[in-house]
Amino acid sequence: MNAYVGTPTSRVDGRAKVTGAAKYAGEFAADHLLHGFVVAATIPRGRIARLDTSEALKVKGVVDVLTHAHRPPLADKDDAWKDEVAPEKGSPFRPLYDDRIKFNGQPIALVVAEDWETAKFAATLVRVEYEQEAFATDLESERGKAAKVDQPHKPRGDAPAALTRAAVRLEADYVIPSEHHNPMELYATTAVWDGNGSITVYDKTQGVQNVQKFLCSVFGKKPDDIRVLSPYVGGAFGSGLRPQHQVVLATLGALALKRSVRVVLTRQQMYSLGYRPMTIEHVALGAKPDGTLDAVSHEAIAVTSRFEDFSRNDTGWAEQLYKSPNSRLSHKLVHLDVATPCDMRAPGAASGVCALECAMDELAVALKLDPIELRLKCYSDRDQSEDLPYTSKRLRECYARGAEAFGWGRRNPAPRSMRDGKELVGWGMATGVWEALQMPVAARIVLTANGHAEVSCAASDIGTGTYTIVAQVAADALGLPIDNISVRLADSTLPQAPVEGGSWMAASSAHAVLGAAEDIRQELARLAKAMPGSPLADPVNVTLVDGMIASNGAAVSIADVMRHSKVERIEKQKLNQFVEDKSYARNTHSAVFAEVKVDEELGVIRVTRVVSAVAAGRILNTKTGRSQIMGGVVWGIGMALHEETVMDHRFGRIMNANIAEYHIPVNADVHDIDVIFVDEPDERINRLGVKGLGEIGIVGVPAAIANAVYHATGKRIRRFPITLDKLID
Amino acid sequence: MNNVQYSRASDVPDAIRLLAADPGAKLIAGGTNLIDLMKENVERPSRLIDISRLPLRDVEDTADGGLRIGALVPNSDLAYHPLIEKRYPLLSSAILAGASAQLRNMASVGGNLMQRTRCAYFYDTATPCNKRSPGTGCSALDGLNRNHAILGTSKSCIATNPSDMSVALAALGALVHIAGPTGQRTIALTDFHRLPDDKPHLDTNLGSGEIITAIELPPRGFARNYSYLKIRDRLSYAFALVSVAAALELEGNAISEARLALGGVAHKPWRSLEAEAALHGQAATPDHFGRAADLLLQGATARSQNGFKIELARRAVVRTLMQAASATPQSQAHKKIA
Ligand SMILES: Cc1cc2nc3c(=O)[nH]c(=O)nc-3n(C[C@H](O)[C@H](O)[C@H](O)COP(=O)(O)OP(=O)(O)OC[C@H]3O[C@@H](n4cnc5c(N)ncnc54)[C@H](O)[C@@H]3O)c2cc1C
Ligand code: SF4
Repeated sequence: MNAYVGTPTSRVDGRAKVTGAAKYAGEFAADHLLHGFVVAATIPRGRIARLDTSEALKVKGVVDVLTHAHRPPLADKDDAWKDEVAPEKGSPFRPLYDDRIKFNGQPIALVVAEDWETAKFAATLVRVEYEQEAFATDLESERGKAAKVDQPHKPRGDAPAALTRAAVRLEADYVIPSEHHNPMELYATTAVWDGNGSITVYDKTQGVQNVQKFLCSVFGKKPDDIRVLSPYVGGAFGSGLRPQHQVVLATLGALALKRSVRVVLTRQQMYSLGYRPMTIEHVALGAKPDGTLDAVSHEAIAVTSRFEDFSRNDTGWAEQLYKSPNSRLSHKLVHLDVATPCDMRAPGAASGVCALECAMDELAVALKLDPIELRLKCYSDRDQSEDLPYTSKRLRECYARGAEAFGWGRRNPAPRSMRDGKELVGWGMATGVWEALQMPVAARIVLTANGHAEVSCAASDIGTGTYTIVAQVAADALGLPIDNISVRLADSTLPQAPVEGGSWMAASSAHAVLGAAEDIRQELARLAKAMPGSPLADPVNVTLVDGMIASNGAAVSIADVMRHSKVERIEKQKLNQFVEDKSYARNTHSAVFAEVKVDEELGVIRVTRVVSAVAAGRILNTKTGRSQIMGGVVWGIGMALHEETVMDHRFGRIMNANIAEYHIPVNADVHDIDVIFVDEPDERINRLGVKGLGEIGIVGVPAAIANAVYHATGKRIRRFPITLDKLID
Repeated sequence: MNNVQYSRASDVPDAIRLLAADPGAKLIAGGTNLIDLMKENVERPSRLIDISRLPLRDVEDTADGGLRIGALVPNSDLAYHPLIEKRYPLLSSAILAGASAQLRNMASVGGNLMQRTRCAYFYDTATPCNKRSPGTGCSALDGLNRNHAILGTSKSCIATNPSDMSVALAALGALVHIAGPTGQRTIALTDFHRLPDDKPHLDTNLGSGEIITAIELPPRGFARNYSYLKIRDRLSYAFALVSVAAALELEGNAISEARLALGGVAHKPWRSLEAEAALHGQAATPDHFGRAADLLLQGATARSQNGFKIELARRAVVRTLMQAASATPQSQAHKKIA
């Protein structure tokens, strides 16, 4: 029975959020709470020659100024600083560890005071002298130093040779700038000193258990000493996967001063955290005159820090989307004096697929083929890198449904052929693809005799709707109204969960909840059977529905069963069991269609319509699911037209570290967005047929818009974002 | 942010006395610019003199048929004031093209005139900037200058004035009323802001002990043929790359009076009497408007990233004048450019 799963159920935490009852990390109170303010480095590389805190310490209300020379012990080994998401290769950054400056904006001191304004003021009095060293922050000028990283994509055939002989060849660099996440909620931690040496940490994070283990290893604490909670997260988008500076600093402060400490980063300081790395995506496609591909070559050159190798799968997506006998993929890194990049919505794919899908559009133009037709000619029913079929792949239906809803058939293929008054009209499309991952997650359900159930799990809800889908799955599996389900998440003492990311949490948590609910059902069946004169003496095909336990037409109320058995509560915990069948590839797909209108003289671009047709297995909640895709589309508009972290390489400093100058779309930039979920039954992927929706919404959107801009103007802009100056010259 | 003293001025003479008593003091009205700059440690006043409650909130008729607007009228109130909407819609439109509704509710007329540049180096105390720290150099000259000035620049500074309201006021020929220790004076808005020359730390000609009490609009409001067009990197809530205030008086299709001011291109709203005079007696055609644009942009020079602004400004001037001539002003509510 599915009263809730698959329906547009409203967020169960919606009311708490809009009324302010939901508390975020920086909002938890504690007795005698102190406030820390970060002093940040203003050079990209060198060492601290002198750090004078005496003036700051004189300010009334300042309790201490922590620095690398004045702090409690921190772990010395790299391994202790490697959280579950840390790059394999490298030495993670350690705040206030030593006198080395590794990137601009790096925290170098924490001023701790009785109130935040005092800490902030005193921070301006900390005097720093540096020994500067030569540095480099510009990917393009350092491109020659790019070093290859190991990636699982083996070359197939001989792409270089095939490219040389190709009838039609397309080769281009697409440049995608670094971008910052800018979640609405600032990064914040309240570390509550419990008096006996243990600390309760309220942190903005996508993974409480990751942070908890990390803090224990960094500070040499026992698991019971540190508890991490993150009940609500005001957006994170990948920036909260790794433990951030402020959680180390707040905990450090609490340990040093044996008092509760809160550290909130300013918006500007959040630009010293991770970001989507700038990449130069070099794509070469070779095609036969009939429009089938003969060669694909995709090389990504990405920025990373000097101290960690961060890389994601930018280049592997052609293997999934387009049939080609020859392929060569590679990923290179340039080490620069910057902070380590991190995951940002659809890491790798957002950038790599953007380049691939712009290149496919260019190829379609060269071949005089409709862009959809080209994609259908090259459509791959198998993941070519491992030569595997998919658990399901309804991408063809995405193209068809999306094209129909958009009216693609009315498109005049000639650039600059469509107009609306002074505006040139452009229609573009692109494909999106992401992985359908699942991870080990455990959930606990406690059913009480009054017909309420509490479901708990350490997973975070970063705004995606985890609270809601957990409640939906539990309500259906237990046969209870959703109002009778309460959900507790994001507490490190709850059953295990990895960080929330990669679009794996919906499928993973849903199956953990389902498993625990089934154990509850079995227990109820056992109790029911034991009742004297039970109508369920021989229960088979037991279901829980409408507060009853039913079998073969007979039913008895759950409350009665529990009362009779004198059982007040039934508690079951279950780890989801995914039997990963290695003989299938797992992906979500989308087809994105965009209409732009470009003022011919002034170059002003408006994205007037977007249709996104998504195939992502079963959609657990069509309302929150639609929101996810819409959010992804809006972000894609930003990636296409607005977003860019601008650095002055003479100073190695980010010069637009605020959301007045770092542009994201505002309401005026967002017009019609139509989300279509294509039916995609999938019995292989997992029992519920769920794939996840977190990332797929953004993938393909920037390319669809760039392709529409080309169609409107005849100008191919390969350097993002597409600002009007690039169109009017 | 620095610790500051705080005083509340009881009237204009009190504000002037307080200013004279503490050379490090600054007036604060809506605070939407000053507080931001204090948070960045760019402005470090020793004292804030709160003028927000002074009785400078009236919009009144003047004897000659113009309007006098108190320095503390909130930007939103001014934009939606019936007399402004009816007689000076160009001013309404320019105000509504700026910032966000929330900011406009807080921002005052005086504060808007005094708002400082948005040059990123000016905001970042870790970089050299002549405007913030005279003599340290101009980082924008050979750095990030995509949104910097193309007109009236100097070797010391190429910053732009970010105000939208001022562009309309310049076109309308507004006057600025000032009170100071030695009495009151009035100067033309076009003389209020300075060019950077070798003193870019001075944005305006307001003396250190002076306060803006009002602005005055002359009788002529160009309520029929006007338009304010702002070109920016997103469709709302961004500073101008280029903005144009245009106002015409037409007799038939012949121009009897033309006003034209550019924003986002210089250290002050940019007007050229020569360009306006060239339109007198001419027909309202794209060709004539193009010629006026060329005159207005005479002497424009670009640095490494802002060359596009010259052509963009030229095209925007023509478009805005066409909008004005056809009495179809750019709407600030519909983000589509007409
Ligand atoms: C995110 C953001 C976006 C914005 N976008 C735009 C935009 O697109 N277009 C635009 O035009 N503006 C924009 N603004 C700027 C906004 O218009 C100004 O901040 C506002 O007008 C300043 O008015 P205020 O009263 O708040 O000034 P305050 O911050 O109080 O003061 C600013 C300065 O004016 C001085 N001052 C104030 N009143 C007087 C007076 N009567 N006499 C003498 N000196 C005085 C103060 O001493 C101070 O130096 C934006 C601001 C922000 C924060
Ligand atoms: S342009 Fe002016 S404000 Fe900007 S850095 Fe140069 S001197 Fe400073």
